[in-house]
Amino acid sequence: MTGRTRAAALGFTGLTGLACLLIVAMTAVVLGNIALHGTERLSWEFLSESPRQMTHGGIFPAIFGTFALVLLMTVAGVPVGVAAAIYLQEYARQDSKAVLAVRLALENLAGVPAIVFGLFGLGFFIQFTGRGIDRLFFSGELTFGQPCILWAALTLAVLTLPTVVVATEEALRAVPRAYREAAYAAGATRWQVVRYVVLPQSIGGILTGTILAVSRGAGEVAPILFTGAAYFLPQLPDRLNDQFMELGYHIYVMTTQSPDVEATRPVLYATVFVLLALTFALNFVAVLIRARVRARLRAA
Amino acid sequence: MTVRIEARSFGVRYRAAPALKDISLEVRSNEIFAIIGPAGGGKTTFLRSLNRINDLVPERSIEGALLFDGIDLYRVPVDIPELRRRLGMVFAVPVPLPGSIYDNIALGPRLRGGGRRADLDAVVERTLRAATLWDEVKDRLSLSALRLSGGQQQRLCLARTLALDPDVLLLDEPCSGLDPISTAKIEEALTELKARVTVVLVTNNVMQASRISDRTAFFLQGELVEVSETRRLFTNPSDRRTLEYISGRFG
Repeated sequence: MTGRTRAAALGFTGLTGLACLLIVAMTAVVLGNIALHGTERLSWEFLSESPRQMTHGGIFPAIFGTFALVLLMTVAGVPVGVAAAIYLQEYARQDSKAVLAVRLALENLAGVPAIVFGLFGLGFFIQFTGRGIDRLFFSGELTFGQPCILWAALTLAVLTLPTVVVATEEALRAVPRAYREAAYAAGATRWQVVRYVVLPQSIGGILTGTILAVSRGAGEVAPILFTGAAYFLPQLPDRLNDQFMELGYHIYVMTTQSPDVEATRPVLYATVFVLLALTFALNFVAVLIRARVRARLRAA
Repeated sequence: MTVRIEARSFGVRYRAAPALKDISLEVRSNEIFAIIGPAGGGKTTFLRSLNRINDLVPERSIEGALLFDGIDLYRVPVDIPELRRRLGMVFAVPVPLPGSIYDNIALGPRLRGGGRRADLDAVVERTLRAATLWDEVKDRLSLSALRLSGGQQQRLCLARTLALDPDVLLLDEPCSGLDPISTAKIEEALTELKARVTVVLVTNNVMQASRISDRTAFFLQGELVEVSETRRLFTNPSDRRTLEYISGRFG
């Protein structure tokens, strides 16, 4: 090696290494900062009580609202996404126009900005569907035709749909073709192949991908801005057409609407800390499932 | 001897490219029928057409007719899962499914909806014995099938296929990845099974065909060059290309 190429190689190694270092450093700065300031205000009361004004009390309604929202969006969106992926991967003819159309739709859906989903939720779910329900079943009285947790959850479900489908399809594709053929050769129907071979083999991957998709969606604020999140609401939502507080939205509100930034800062930090902790917990569950599935495959 | 399988000018195309052209032959009941020939000659395509597992390939088209027990498989609506039980297939690469040895063999009966434990126990023992695997695994039926050696896995796959109670065994180079001892065990099993089933054996191993088959067909580039009694085909082939292939001059 000449001195010049050696220097170039060294320089390149250095640059790529620096890029990695930058990522670690950024993460450390962000997380370290939050961990440092976020724990100051943290207490059992903060986690378990309702807010009193902006700077007093806890954020329990926001934590509860976040959980309820995630649960609802998961129940509403994940089964649809998983079912669609199974259809695309196991039933549909891969070269058909319908499959092409669905894939095109999914790719476009994945590219839509979150704020547009928020507007879509407002227009489609609240104005169209909600108002329609009110006219049909509540003689026009405002019941579902307003922002509420149901519409916010459905909006988020639509937002996460493409990710769930893609993750599920990947997990299904990872099942060896030979397994499918072996089952078919043993006289299995298509449904039996899916039920007894493909799903058991891919369930770990489906769960992991789905949880990651949900945790990604759960952090989005824009889609729930107009569809159900409340600015300040000490009571918990107990019906599907109640509004609700949510951690991400709470952070947004405290950042932009506070008259006294210094006073809200500790609360803001602590709220961010809780939101991050919840998101990490969800991701950690996904990692655990993945590790367990891998271990099971190795043991087999 | 009755005819079990009959091909009448049978052909297969993938997209437009022909994989199999104008094949006419008969497989008789309780014989071992070997199909030999170089790679890409359509042997596997023929085998996979018989239990219609080739249906999974898109853009495939069929010419001529393929009959099983007198039924035209591609013209009469057939119950495909039932067809695949009657023509049981063993693949070139052993494909044990994740799960125990027992579960692998019970797969076919369970898919059909017959799952009484005592019956299954009997099926597992009978088929493992027939596949000459019983003595090696009888004490560890709950062991994961993926932990067996390659030769054992292939015999397990043979047992799993036998558990379907097939009339015909379709074997796609079942010994291609196996050592001589495992190969000998599978050949021994097949020779014994012949009393009850018809065997169609695709093999790359010319010696294997000459050792255990009753009749042999030689496929070359999608065409049937010759089919006759194995002894005759190997001692006195009627086509020059057959002679060249079996004496190792090409392929």
